[in-house]
Parts: sequence; C-alpha cells; structure tokens
Amino acid sequence: MPNMTMTKTPMPEQKPDVRNHNFEEVALGYTEEMAVGEAQRCLNCKNKPCVTGCPVMVPIPEFIAHVANREFEEAYQVLTKATSLPAVCGRVCPQETQCESKCVRGIKGEPVGIGRLERFVADWHMANSKEAPKKPQQNGHKVAVIGAGPASLTCAGDLANMGYEVTVYEALHTAGGVLMYGIPQFRLPKEIVQKEIDGLRAKGVTILTDMVIGKVLTLDELFADGFEAIFIGSGAGLPNFMHIPGEGLVGTYSANEFLTRVNLMKAYRPEYDTPILRPKNAAIVGGGNVAMDAARTAKRLGSEHVYIVYRRSEAEMPARAEEIHHAKEEGIEFRLLTNPVAIHGDESGKVCSIECVEMELGEPDASGRRRPIEKQGSNFELPVDCAIIAIGNSPNPLIPANTSGLEVNRRGCIVADEETMATSLPGVYAAGDAVSGAATVILAMGGGKKAAKSIDEYIKSKNA
Amino acid sequence: MFQIVQKKRLNDSMTQMRVQAPYVAKKAQAGQFIILRVNEYGERIPLTIADYDREAGTVDIIFQKVGKTTLLLDTLEEGDSILDFIGPLGKASELEGYHYAAVIGGGAGCAIAYPQAKALHALGAKVDMIAGFRSQDIIILEDEMKAASDQLYLMTDDGSNGHKGFVTDALKQNIEAGAKYDLVVAIGPLPMMKAVCNLTKEYGIKTIISMNSIMIDGTGMCGGCRVTVGGETKFACVDGPDFDGHLVDFDEVMKRAKTYAELERESTREFNCRLMQQAEQ
Ligand SMILES: Cc1cc2nc3c(=O)[nH]c(=O)nc-3n(C[C@H](O)[C@H](O)[C@H](O)COP(=O)(O)OP(=O)(O)OC[C@H]3O[C@@H](n4cnc5c(N)ncnc54)[C@H](O)[C@@H]3O)c2cc1C
Ligand SMILES: Cc1cc2nc3c(=O)[nH]c(=O)nc-3n(C[C@H](O)[C@H](O)[C@H](O)COP(=O)(O)OP(=O)(O)OC[C@H]3O[C@@H](n4cnc5c(N)ncnc54)[C@H](O)[C@@H]3O)c2cc1C
Ligand code: SF4
Ligand code: SF4
Ligand code: FES
Repeated sequence: MPNMTMTKTPMPEQKPDVRNHNFEEVALGYTEEMAVGEAQRCLNCKNKPCVTGCPVMVPIPEFIAHVANREFEEAYQVLTKATSLPAVCGRVCPQETQCESKCVRGIKGEPVGIGRLERFVADWHMANSKEAPKKPQQNGHKVAVIGAGPASLTCAGDLANMGYEVTVYEALHTAGGVLMYGIPQFRLPKEIVQKEIDGLRAKGVTILTDMVIGKVLTLDELFADGFEAIFIGSGAGLPNFMHIPGEGLVGTYSANEFLTRVNLMKAYRPEYDTPILRPKNAAIVGGGNVAMDAARTAKRLGSEHVYIVYRRSEAEMPARAEEIHHAKEEGIEFRLLTNPVAIHGDESGKVCSIECVEMELGEPDASGRRRPIEKQGSNFELPVDCAIIAIGNSPNPLIPANTSGLEVNRRGCIVADEETMATSLPGVYAAGDAVSGAATVILAMGGGKKAAKSIDEYIKSKNA
Repeated sequence: MFQIVQKKRLNDSMTQMRVQAPYVAKKAQAGQFIILRVNEYGERIPLTIADYDREAGTVDIIFQKVGKTTLLLDTLEEGDSILDFIGPLGKASELEGYHYAAVIGGGAGCAIAYPQAKALHALGAKVDMIAGFRSQDIIILEDEMKAASDQLYLMTDDGSNGHKGFVTDALKQNIEAGAKYDLVVAIGPLPMMKAVCNLTKEYGIKTIISMNSIMIDGTGMCGGCRVTVGGETKFACVDGPDFDGHLVDFDEVMKRAKTYAELERESTREFNCRLMQQAEQ
C-alpha cells in the first residue's frame, strides 16, 4: 500500500538561528526510516512523467522502488547508470522545476521528494559500501579533458569506463569547478565532492591541477602529445559587473571573488591565511543561487544585516525555491523591486552605502518575464560596508582567445552541436556552462555525457 | 610540487629563487607572471617571471618580503618545494617596434622591469634603464640591469650612492637633454608609476606600466584584480598586467591595494612572533 501522506517527509535541518553562525551542512539528510517512508509515496507510474523532467533521465521509479524495499545498494546501482554525481545532484538540482515538477503526487499535495531520496541513496552508499571502484580495462586511446567541473568530471568518468586513458587539466589548485569554489560548504560539503573526485582517480583518470589551458598548453600541443580528442568543460567563470559608480571601491566584491575566498581558499577557517572582509552590513545584488549563497555566507561571517537587492519580484527570482526559503529563515532581508544605481564610498575609498531606486513591473520582455521599470525619484540609500555583485557569469574567453578556429557566439559561448557536442574544430567537443552560459550542474553533466559518447564514436571511426 | 633549485639573498628584504617548473619555463615571455601557493593553508600570490631557462626547465622569481606569504616563502631553502606554481599567466609585454626606450624600476619593481629591458634590448631598441632605491645598500640586480641596457641610471632617495633623487628626476633630465624616447616602461610602487605617467603625459610619450593588483585565480574568474583603464573595467591577470599608463585610474587602484592592509599587518605580526619563538627554542 503506498503512503498517501500529502506532504513530503520533512528534511531534518539545523535550526536557522544556529546554522547561520556555522558552515556545517544545513540539511542533515533522511534516516533509513524516513527514506523508506518517503519512497512509499511513489506510485511507480507506468508512464514515468517524472523522468521526462530530469535532464539525464534518471530511472526515478526504479531507484525509488529499491529504496522502498530497503535495497539501498541496488538503488545506488540504478542511479549511477544515469548520473555520476548523485550525492551532488540530490543536493543542488532545482528539483521543483525539473523531476519533481512532473510528479503526479504534486497535483494534489507535494511531489515525491526525489532529490532527497537521491541524496539519501548516494550518502548511504558512501557510508556503507566497501567495494572499491574497479579500474576498467584500458583500450590504449588517450583523451584530454579541460576543466574539472561537473561537465568534465562526467565526461572523464564515462570515457574512463569505456577504457580510455583520460587526463584532466584544471586551472585551479583543486578539482571540482563551481562545486568546490562557488557552492558553499553549508549546502554542498566539499568532502562529498572530493570523494567523487577520488573515485575518478581510482578508475585511473589522471587529474593535473595548476594547468591553465590556453596559457600553459594549447589545444594543438595537446593533440601533438598524442591525445586523439579533447573535451572542453571550462565553465562560465567570468563575473559580470553592472558598470555603475563605485564598483572599484574597497568592499565591492564580485560574488565569485567573495565565494572563492571563502570556499576554495577557506577564509572562514582560522588555520588558512586567506584574508576576507567580514562586513557589518552587506548588500548582495542579484536573485539567483549565486546571490543566495553569497548572502548566506556573509551572514555566517558575522554580518548583522544582509540584504538581497533584486530588481524584479520574488516570482522572477532564478534561485532554487529551497534556497530562497532557507535564506529568509536565516534572516536575510529581501529588498525586491529594487535596483542599485551607485555604490558610495567614504574618503578612504571604502564602501559606506548602496544607493537604490524602486522598480515596478511592466509588460513581459523577450524572456517572458515582466520587465522592471524605474520609479522616478524613489532613490534611497542602504547603509552597508560591503556590496557583492551577483548578476551573472559569462564563459571565460581564455581558451577561445588562444585557440584559432574555435567558434564562439555573440555571448562568448563555445558553439557546439546540441546532440553531439562537437565544436567547430575536429576532435574537439565542449559542454556545460562554457557552451550554454551559466546554467545548472545537471545540465552540465548531461552535456558531458553526450560528449563522452560522441568522443567514443569519433575515435572508433577514426581508428576503424 | 615545485622544487627550489637555487636561493640567493639579494639584500635584507629581497630574495631570488630558481624553481624547477618545466611547463612554465617552456612558454614564459617577458612581462608574464606566475601565481604560487606555498602550502595548503597559504594564499595565492602573483610574482613576475624574472628569468627562465627553457632547457633546464627553471624559472627565476625575485620577491620582496612584505608580508606573511613572502616571509613564509623565504623560509624555504634549496631542495624544498612550493606546493603550487602556476603559469605563465598574463599577456606578454608588447615591446616590438620601438627605437629608444626608458625602462624605469622602483625598488622591488626593478626585478619586474629588468626582464623587459632585456627583451627590448634583444629586439634592437636602445634602452636607458633608470632604477630607484631608498639607499645604496639595498641596490639589487645592478650587473643584470647594466647588461640589459645601454645606459643605467641608479638613483637613491637619500643620495647615498652619489645620485640623489627620484626616478622621475632622472627621466625628466634625460628628456630635457634631448633623449627621444618613443616608449617608457615604468614598474614599481603605485605612487611612482603614477608620477612617471604624469610626467610622460606632458611630453606625449607612450608609457606602459605593470599593474600589481591583488589576485586570486589569475584566470579572469574572480574579478578581484580589476582596474579601470580608459573608463573600462579590465582584469589585470588576463588583460594585463601591462597597461597604457596614461589610461589607468591610479587613484582607484591605490585605494583597492589597501583592501586587506589591516588584516595583512595582523597576520604578518603573528607570523613574525612565531618565527621568533621558533628561533628561541
Ligand atoms: C555560487 C553558485 C551556486 C550555484 N548553485 C547551483 C545550484 O544550486 N544548482 C545547480 O544546479 N547549479 C548551481 N550553480 C551552477 C552550476 O554550478 C554550474 O552550472 C556548473 O558548475 C557548470 O559546470 P561546468 O562543468 O560547465 O563548469 P564549472 O563548474 O564552472 O567548472 C569549470 C572548471 O574549468 C576550469 N577552467 C576554466 N578555464 C580553464 C582553462 N583555461 N584551463 C583549465 N581549466 C579551466 C575552472 O577552473 C573550473 O574548475 C551554481 C553556480 C554558482 C557559481
Ligand atoms: C602581476 C604581479 C606581479 C608581481 N611581481 C612581483 C615580483 O616580481 N616581486 C615582488 O616582490 N612582488 C611582486 N608582486 C607583488 C606581490 O604579489 C605581493 O608583494 C605579495 O602578494 C605580497 O604578499 P604577502 O602575503 O607577503 O604580503 P601581504 O601581507 O599580503 O601584504 C603586505 C603589504 O603589501 C601590500 N600588498 C599586498 N599585495 C600586493 C600587491 N599585489 N601589490 C602591491 N602591494 C601588495 C599589502 O597591502 C600590504 O600592505 C607582483 C604582483 C602582481 C599582481
Ligand atoms: S538528477 Fe536532478 S533532476 Fe534528475 S532526478 Fe536527480 S534530482 Fe531530479
Ligand atoms: S511521477 Fe512521482 S509518483 Fe509517479 S513514478 Fe515518478 S516519482 Fe513516483
Ligand atoms: S585574479 Fe581573479 S580575475 Fe584576475
């Protein structure tokens, strides 16, 4: 008999007024009992509507059925056929617009907690499985993978499983991409990402850090080194600024810099040397996941008032619903329909306030979202000593600028075929944020998967 | 891990290291830099590639001990290793097509300016090198700078070497005396570079400066190294470090350079205390 409770089994969480002072994970995860109970809410629908909402087509009812039967390892085996980073996806996928948005249980009541179950299964496997990953039989062909974010890790993992000798080249000193430098510890513990990376190494993938491709080595040199194909998963790491007065002041950060100092460079831990300003009051400009992460991080560094300044209304916010909810619980103050026009500094050049203007929503624009219009004369100032700009990231131009013939579009995204992920250069494939512009972890992984398949076909046909 | 194969004290505050880094050595060009991290807990700091040997696979860095990281780096000896050593980063200096250049270095900036003088010289330009130091006893790289230029002018703030004055004094004197420079390269403390630019603007001489912003990744990801150049936001790590000095908003840069000054002073003080304690034990 299915469990007909209308609501999801609640996720155990740290209390808001406790967790906003520490960097431990907010959501604590289901117990076995909770997971089984939630799994029993799934109706095992024949037509599997939920699967159509998942970019990598996780066989959702199958893995959930195993959970309901307490076959957790079997559930994991089903999951990993579709996603190589289930512990990550279960935590950070925007489920409410993907898999869970299509779940029939969501018509009357809440959908099945697919993400929560995915996380449970992955965590259970990490804690309980003693089986070391096997090193696949090698086929003697070499592939180079640029970047070590989710797109690259997925592509590298799939290729290694097929027997390729894979070398990953990462610019930073740590592999993981945004999972390591962007998304905070309290949402995605770095130990989990590290375990996934260790798993890849165990499969025989070589990961070289400190390698800025385009500078240290070019694509031509990689081909000359005997790599038969190259995958580019260099992400969208170039921070956009607003070009308003005051962006050069001390205390104005890009969200990337702020988050990198805290996550990658561990500024929140005393044993690390990384300096960071600990703002008394901070304004974060933007309404996406990046803005929520920066705001919640500022709070944890001790800020009294943390404002989210966003020019549209909450309905238009691109952040995951769960993150907005968590941010509010933690005391983040939302200043919606508000647009910054200038950041002001004191005589020493330090930020002392952010000047904003109120907005109202007009007609829908090309993206279908209602366009915000300025209310004349509604300017006001928020007293802050830190302004963090989180209005989006673009693909980094470093690789295209140093690779002749690699086509990019107007927005700087690498042009790749939607199905094969082939770029304008033979033997070169690309996916993830470098191709789509800033998107999601699961889309990056989906692209990396497609590229691995195409690379395999390309190398086979070349050697046929 | 990147092994230190040679270490040389240049003066009380400056050290030269030769580091085994074949990938960097293979590609390095004048004007480029590396980013290093001494150990797991360390900061990432940028240092200019002062010299390189492609055959031996080594890269030379010259650094001034100003704070925690450079002091920590200085505790490493020959045979020890640096955890991360990333490069070559930044654009190579564009030095082709000039006839007569003045290359100006201020203090530690001489370590960055001297490879540029060397490169200009190798490209066939006539080079005057003007180097400024606080006093005679801290002059570094004198032989190297002499070899890389046609004429070397060594200035000291206190006149202890017999040539009292700032680098701008020497530059002005040369220009007034008829030196037809078609390029000035100025590298050193921000106030010095700003003063040189103000002077060369008057004479309409193209001036390149090397921007020593605070950096993290060095790949254009964090935006921390941004500078306003000609009204546009540029990232020193990928668009520079060289910029047209007449277009740089120095006042903004000078304020930003002090972002962590208080925090850095504190961590340097703690570090020095620990070094002293260790020495006492
Ligand atoms: C703060 C933040 C929060 C987010 N939250 C979520 C979320 O909750 N859910 C979600 O689904 N998505 C989220 N995203 C988006 C998601 O993280 C990205 O869409 C995803 O990481 C893209 O993966 P990728 O592999 O394409 O690139 P990235 O993760 O960006 O990785 C690219 C890697 O390539 C490296 N690289 C770049 N250039 C070079 C080079 N020249 N040579 C070598 N290496 C290079 C980079 O250093 C980096 O490690 C968030 C993003 C940010 C910044
Ligand atoms: C492209 C580039 C090339 C450089 N090349 C060299 C070089 O060849 N030799 C060399 O000695 N230095 C060079 N620098 C400067 C060097 O990076 C800094 O001295 C170093 O980061 C200081 O680190 P620290 O932890 O020892 O000192 P900190 O404790 O960080 O700082 C001590 C003091 O120095 C100031 N400071 C910090 N960072 C910088 C900086 N980037 N520029 C100027 N002042 C700073 C601080 O405000 C503080 O007052 C270069 C900088 C850049 C951006
Ligand atoms: S991978 Fe993401 S979208 Fe797909 S089922 Fe899992 S949580 Fe849902
Ligand atoms: S739609 Fe919902 S109830 Fe149906 S199979 Fe998918 S998860 Fe289960
Ligand atoms: S150092 Fe991060 S963008 Fe330049």
